[in-house]
Amino acid sequence: MSDWLVVVVIGLGTYGLRLSFIGVLGTRPMPLWAQRPLRFVAPAVLAALVVPAVTLQSGVIDVTPLGNPRFLAAVAAALVALRLKNVAGVIVVGMGLLWILQALG
Amino acid sequence: MSPRAALIDGMRSVAPLLIGVAPFGLIFGVTAAGSAVGGGLGYASSLIIFAGAAQLATVQLLTAGSTAAVVIATALVINARHLMYSAALAPHFREFPSRWRWALPYILTDQAFAVSISRYDSENDPDYKRWFFFGAAVSLWTTWQLTTMAGVVLGASIPETWSLDFAIPLVFLALLVPALRDRPTVVAAVVGGMVALVANDASYNLGLLIGALSGIAAGVVAERVAS
Repeated sequence: MSDWLVVVVIGLGTYGLRLSFIGVLGTRPMPLWAQRPLRFVAPAVLAALVVPAVTLQSGVIDVTPLGNPRFLAAVAAALVALRLKNVAGVIVVGMGLLWILQALG
Repeated sequence: MSPRAALIDGMRSVAPLLIGVAPFGLIFGVTAAGSAVGGGLGYASSLIIFAGAAQLATVQLLTAGSTAAVVIATALVINARHLMYSAALAPHFREFPSRWRWALPYILTDQAFAVSISRYDSENDPDYKRWFFFGAAVSLWTTWQLTTMAGVVLGASIPETWSLDFAIPLVFLALLVPALRDRPTVVAAVVGGMVALVANDASYNLGLLIGALSGIAAGVVAERVAS
């Protein structure tokens, strides 16, 4: 399947998920067995995206500050995220620390 | 209240959240332009999919040469949360004209949902609700289109030594932390992250999908144990 076709299928599927209750299923309540797992989609998906991205260095787990400065920078950024609800602040702190560590390393 | 005032209310409510969307859009565009997927399809995904995390996973998996089924399944699991938003909004949208009910879901996002559902607690006028949502959602849509396009255009001119790709996990981290509301959501995140890490070498690039599904299952179990 071509890459374009994959994107179109995902686009149609995503529109279907968004339309589901608003356009088709109406106001009937969602069954509990469907509601429960949906609450965990955001934390599970986001962690599954973040953890490998900040702990792997060329495919190998490395969390040492100089071997993989991204890990330490991410931990600092997470602490900032705990304190302030500001995505831009988290990016500034994380990127800043990464550049400092890279300059040192 | 006039449609215009409701529209402006919606735009104003979502404005602070756009500060987080803009860098994400820019970085997504830069990443797509530098990948095998390319800037053209990368930007087209902003129009066709219009969902940041799913677009990013799609570009990464296509670049890694994953099979179509894995890319599609992963992106749709990431976007499954929209089912929840759609169900929560449906009672409020019931009185909207039918073509609005079919058009508005295209611009539904986490941010438009969050600001609208909290405003709907104190507003009963369907016309207000409709224009408020439209104002919030269309501001976000416009921001995403402009910033992803700018990222695609800038793409090649940004040196790799800037490590700009690191901003993507940082954006996800900034969204993850407030999503950890109680013990079951923490369990979902820990299991999701660890399984995705261990399964990183899984064949067909199934790591992200396996991690996400394991995390969701772990959250459900943790909630059941706690209650």
